Amino acid sequence: MNTEKISYKKPLLETPFHKRTSEHCYANDWYRWAGYKVAKEYSSTELEYTSMRNTAGVIDITPMHKYEIKGKDAKKFINKLITKNITNIQSNQVAYGIWCNEDGMVIDDGTIFCLNENHYRIFCAERNLNWFCDTATGFNVTIEDISSSIAALAFQGPLSCKILNLLKVENIENLKPFHFDNYKLENQNVTISRTGFSGDLGYEIWCDPSQAIDVWDSLFKFNRDYKVLAAGMNSLEMVRIEAGFIQPNADFMSAEQALRPNRMRNPYELGLGWLVNLDKEYFTGKQALIRHKEKGPEKKLVGLDVEGDKPAMGSVLYDNSKKNIAKEIGIVTAAMWSPVLKSNIAIGFVNKEYYKLGSNVYAEIYHPEELDYRKIWAECKVVKKQFFNNPRRNAIPAFI
Amino acid sequence: MNKSKYDVAIIGGGHNGLTTACYLAKAGLKVVVVERHDYVGGAAVSRELHPGWTYSNCSYVCSLLRPEIFRDLELSKHGLQIIPYEGSASMLNDGRFYAHYQDHDLTYRSIAQFSKKDAEAYDRFGKDVMRQCKIIKPLLKMTPPDPTSFSPKDIMSLFEFAKYFAAKDELGGLGEKEIYDTIRFWTMSVRDYLEEYFESEIVKVHLAGSAIIGTALGPYSPGSAYVLLHHYMGEVDGTVGAWGYARGGMGSITKAMASSFKSKNGEIKAGSPVTKILIKNNKSYGLVLENGDEIYADKIVSNLDVKRTFLKVVEEKELPNDFYKAVKNFKIRGSSGKLNIALDDLPIWKSIPEGDPAGTGDLHITQNIEEMEGAYDDWKDGKWSQFPYVDMCIPSINDPTMAPQGKHYMSVFIQYVPYNLADGGWTEEKRLEFGKHVMGRIGNYSTNFNDIINHAEIRTPKELEAEVGLTEGNIFQGELTMDQLMFNRPVPGYAQYKTPIKNLYMCGSSTHPGGGVMGAPGANAAREILKDLNKKLSTHYI
Repeated sequence: MNTEKISYKKPLLETPFHKRTSEHCYANDWYRWAGYKVAKEYSSTELEYTSMRNTAGVIDITPMHKYEIKGKDAKKFINKLITKNITNIQSNQVAYGIWCNEDGMVIDDGTIFCLNENHYRIFCAERNLNWFCDTATGFNVTIEDISSSIAALAFQGPLSCKILNLLKVENIENLKPFHFDNYKLENQNVTISRTGFSGDLGYEIWCDPSQAIDVWDSLFKFNRDYKVLAAGMNSLEMVRIEAGFIQPNADFMSAEQALRPNRMRNPYELGLGWLVNLDKEYFTGKQALIRHKEKGPEKKLVGLDVEGDKPAMGSVLYDNSKKNIAKEIGIVTAAMWSPVLKSNIAIGFVNKEYYKLGSNVYAEIYHPEELDYRKIWAECKVVKKQFFNNPRRNAIPAFI
Repeated sequence: MNKSKYDVAIIGGGHNGLTTACYLAKAGLKVVVVERHDYVGGAAVSRELHPGWTYSNCSYVCSLLRPEIFRDLELSKHGLQIIPYEGSASMLNDGRFYAHYQDHDLTYRSIAQFSKKDAEAYDRFGKDVMRQCKIIKPLLKMTPPDPTSFSPKDIMSLFEFAKYFAAKDELGGLGEKEIYDTIRFWTMSVRDYLEEYFESEIVKVHLAGSAIIGTALGPYSPGSAYVLLHHYMGEVDGTVGAWGYARGGMGSITKAMASSFKSKNGEIKAGSPVTKILIKNNKSYGLVLENGDEIYADKIVSNLDVKRTFLKVVEEKELPNDFYKAVKNFKIRGSSGKLNIALDDLPIWKSIPEGDPAGTGDLHITQNIEEMEGAYDDWKDGKWSQFPYVDMCIPSINDPTMAPQGKHYMSVFIQYVPYNLADGGWTEEKRLEFGKHVMGRIGNYSTNFNDIINHAEIRTPKELEAEVGLTEGNIFQGELTMDQLMFNRPVPGYAQYKTPIKNLYMCGSSTHPGGGVMGAPGANAAREILKDLNKKLSTHYI
């Protein structure tokens, strides 16, 4: 817990990297993330995005919520919490999981780091302390919010491993995806995981807040040869859409936060059925998930390949090429022009008649054009959400 | 003796009487509002009771006033403006303070100082309360159906009621779980309700305040959670649950309404106490004023509370026995006091720094739920609370019209103060002692409060009753408990603004949906009267 005395004049916290992020943030364009100030755009979203696909980008992800789970029932607790089975998880392994409420509606997703049999850390987008504590009842386990005690950077891009290697991070190229270990980075003891939100080769670096500035600076050390950029939230949004990663309260409402019950979504609707293990013994939401699976989703989150080049931001989706007889069958939750794919891509919900790959739906796009809106009726093909998936992402050893 | 004839005569110029009057005048009817005082407003008044200072001397903050009414009555054009709150705080005995701000992240951090879990739970709580507000909001505008009637109108209306609960579609409809939650919320004690979310005492007691204001219930009393909901269902510009100041004090609301009414050719007879409603063959046809003048009207509407209407201005012999009994049994207990204080300077709080927005909204000094319940125990024993719950604010910080430059006006609402004291009733000495006691309590949290008091108006339930006419000084015109809400408000069988006397209607807070400066009872009553007159009116509300 940050014990700094609060003042109404400073409603937002600064991360341990703030000294550097504010120096780099020429655009002075900030975003609120969990009560912290993080850069939305440093200087150019396009270039920041490009760095993550061409060299490497550095993103301050400190505001991410971090929970420490300790105790002899730690694994049992996590198995009750999440929908997949982590019984076989090993130390230094990372699991991606989701957790649902009793109705089988998704609350949040996150990465679960196994430090040892009795010690885990969960990193996630939303606050979950109450939910975790509710779930922990009856288990020999302690749950602590350690969000402010760990500083974190995402270091994402094809040269990320090469640069860490140049920084003499020993054997980093052999770290497997969804694994982590302790390393020495320029005399600093840090934890590095091969995880990230970009769908590309990349790492997340976890350290004590006191080391933050040194860790940040080291990543830029080879900038004359390999240009690394500080990347803001706007560019992170772009790479995550290309990678087909979904976000609570952007693509779906967290079941803990949805005001309207009909806005909650089950894993099958989100295309996350592969994370649900119904053979596992009792876990939160199991009974409801059995029913959801049997019934099949009424609507589903899919990828959309959209005609033309105007992003279908917030578009309503229809079933017919003729506007006058078209019926509403879905909604777009995220959309962008993808520079790397040279494609107009989107993520959205479509009703069950349309979620088969290859189905055609139509988006009504309101494109602002010189103080007017051009209304575009764009054909969209239903495709996999994972638009971008480069083999270097999972290559072992990683490219150096 | 003067005799005059109108389509509608309304007894009482409170905010609901004026709301009814405005809608009826808008529909082209010849309407008169008959008011006892020389000024209108009822309990929504701004009065200069100390030279240079304007006191909102009864109600003091605004949230519940329905925006549709604001719009229909063109209250902006007639001078009304609402200023949103910037924050609120509870001051602790240990020198810290607990605050809520407009900034959500700041509020989170403020609560996290006391409990991280509670800071997070506040969002859960907010969501659940908001859900309940969403259910209740459409009900406010509805005339409660009679569940025992088989008339098509009532059956349709019951169906509408049910639809909000059962529908799972875009209507704001809720599922099974939410119906359970609703029933629990409407019947639980606020202490039990808050206990399900929070662990920190200061968080609980800060939030529990809304559940006891104006009511003769304690935080442990079943039904008190609903009162919290009642205070949360208002809004300021779409922010549900938000409160604000009426610029110029609460009287600005009724002044604007009166001006709107006059612009539609409405007539206000001020300084005209009504002594009797004229009834013949079970039909009302007019009013008698204190000066002997008579006013005749096709429809009579009472803005007075149900007890005052039927036990004071209607003769008992005109009423059915059961109705008379139900009115007598209607719970309308005085439990609140009010101080209006002229300050020579801004109070310096021991805990809240000057300029902090938390100090500009509602301020509290109760430390925990036990202390709050203890305050209620004193009331039950017929004493004013030794450690009273106060809801105080300094509107002049945000409203430049309330006090001379450099000076301030402070409103202090006090819970609990009995209508009758156990030790032989109220006297002038006891009233002053009560005021001194409350000011002494507040003074403990400030370094200069005792030295900057220029004038104080001290009001017990007796004064509230004598001035506003509210029976026992109950600010809601009757307790907001389930036995007196919806189709049971004010009494079973008469929840549709009608009375056993033909052509006599009710429009005050004794009727659905109840108290607060909301205007909904007044507007609902207008709609029923227009229906009976086969008059059509198309507005945002009706």
